[in-house]
Amino acid sequence: MKPPPFAYRSASSVRQAVDVLAQAGADAAVLAGGQSLLIDLHYRRVRPLLVLDINPVRELEGVRVDTEANGGMARIGALVRHRELESLPLGDPLMRLLGLIARYVAHPPVRTRGTFAGSVAWAHPAAEWCALTAGLAGAVETSSAGGQRRVPADEWFAGRHHTARRPDELVTAVWLPLLGTGAGVGFAEHRRTHASFAMAASCAAVRLTTGRVTWARIGMANAADVPVRAVAAERLLVGNSVSRALLADAAEQAVAAADPVPEPYCSREYRRQALRVLVRRSLTAAVADAVAS
Amino acid sequence: MTGSGESGGSGASAMPLTLRVNGTEHQLSAEPRTTLADALRDGLGLTGTRLGCEHGVCGSCTILLDGTPARSCLLLAVQCAQFDIRTVEGLAAEGTLHPLQRAFAEEHALQCGFCTPGFLMTLAGELAATPDLDTDERLLKEVLASNLCRCTGYEGIRRAAISAARRMRMERLRSS
Repeated sequence: MKPPPFAYRSASSVRQAVDVLAQAGADAAVLAGGQSLLIDLHYRRVRPLLVLDINPVRELEGVRVDTEANGGMARIGALVRHRELESLPLGDPLMRLLGLIARYVAHPPVRTRGTFAGSVAWAHPAAEWCALTAGLAGAVETSSAGGQRRVPADEWFAGRHHTARRPDELVTAVWLPLLGTGAGVGFAEHRRTHASFAMAASCAAVRLTTGRVTWARIGMANAADVPVRAVAAERLLVGNSVSRALLADAAEQAVAAADPVPEPYCSREYRRQALRVLVRRSLTAAVADAVAS
Repeated sequence: MTGSGESGGSGASAMPLTLRVNGTEHQLSAEPRTTLADALRDGLGLTGTRLGCEHGVCGSCTILLDGTPARSCLLLAVQCAQFDIRTVEGLAAEGTLHPLQRAFAEEHALQCGFCTPGFLMTLAGELAATPDLDTDERLLKEVLASNLCRCTGYEGIRRAAISAARRMRMERLRSS
């Protein structure tokens, strides 16, 4: 369990980092939190010639809220650790949802290093942050020597550990929409042990007006080889009065959008059933949260 | 630490490096691929930090990085030059055991002792951030679940954590 040899460089600015990537391209691996990269290196699943450490890049730190952009967006910088998201100053229900989900990511001493954007860049189908980014239709901000671009989540996730990132691009942030005052949020996950990845998970956000759903977002982890947004289920909810039957119908629609990958001890059908329950639970929690706020 | 690897001679040779560990600066030389855990153990002889799983699961290698618990098997030594690193060797102050160390002994929170440095450093960091960790059962459970112990069944460790947290708060109240 020792990494293969590689060269090491650190960057102190985005400019410097993208200059290195312009030259090194796919030979380089970017080191942010390193809580997945180091494991991949130990197992020698990746063998980069260069590890580019972006930890000194101050401009990649912090969560910034931009109330002007598209009805309000939060920009999560590439060096924001999971731990920081556990207790963001509230203001928008999105911060509550981030806090809710952060506690499901690894263990506290791993959360002190691992990053939100790193998880979105690594693109594991079971990752909670990928499900959230897809479910809320967020976007990934990247920089390269050629300039900056913002890739919508549905174009970003292309497969297991496969994204729209070009080898010369650095992920600089992930953008998520603010949910607006009064929105309710919920999250539900099933995993075999405390130390396991999610077998399946669902995050939900809803807005209600006098008991009727006016807006809904649902994102699922491990529902396919990419995170899945349950668009048909969201549509089914909007305009209808909340009832147990409505939430169950929405969960059924969400499962119809899933294409689970079978694994040992987790067949396609088992995962579908788990998603059915988890989507319903996350929606129930989101509705209760909306009513309470 | 200069292990050849199957593609030795790739140009990734040892780099000079300064690590600040337990308040002392150490000069050493490490290949970029050397983890902080290996640099501490093999380079500096600080073998209190244990290596169990080497992929972030067992928590035996947990150290403090600027006061925050982190897995030293998931950090490269070369990325740690800017940090203040604390290992279990730096926990006792001038020959006096840290309250956590005393509590672990009193509560029989260890048997074979392999995981103990990881638990001590995890708890030292968490107690610094959350001095009333003993009153938050959910958080305490989550913190203890970060590390694996295959001997004790955790109950002694839980009692030790609670006892140390209370003692540390008491000390602070007495001296303030």
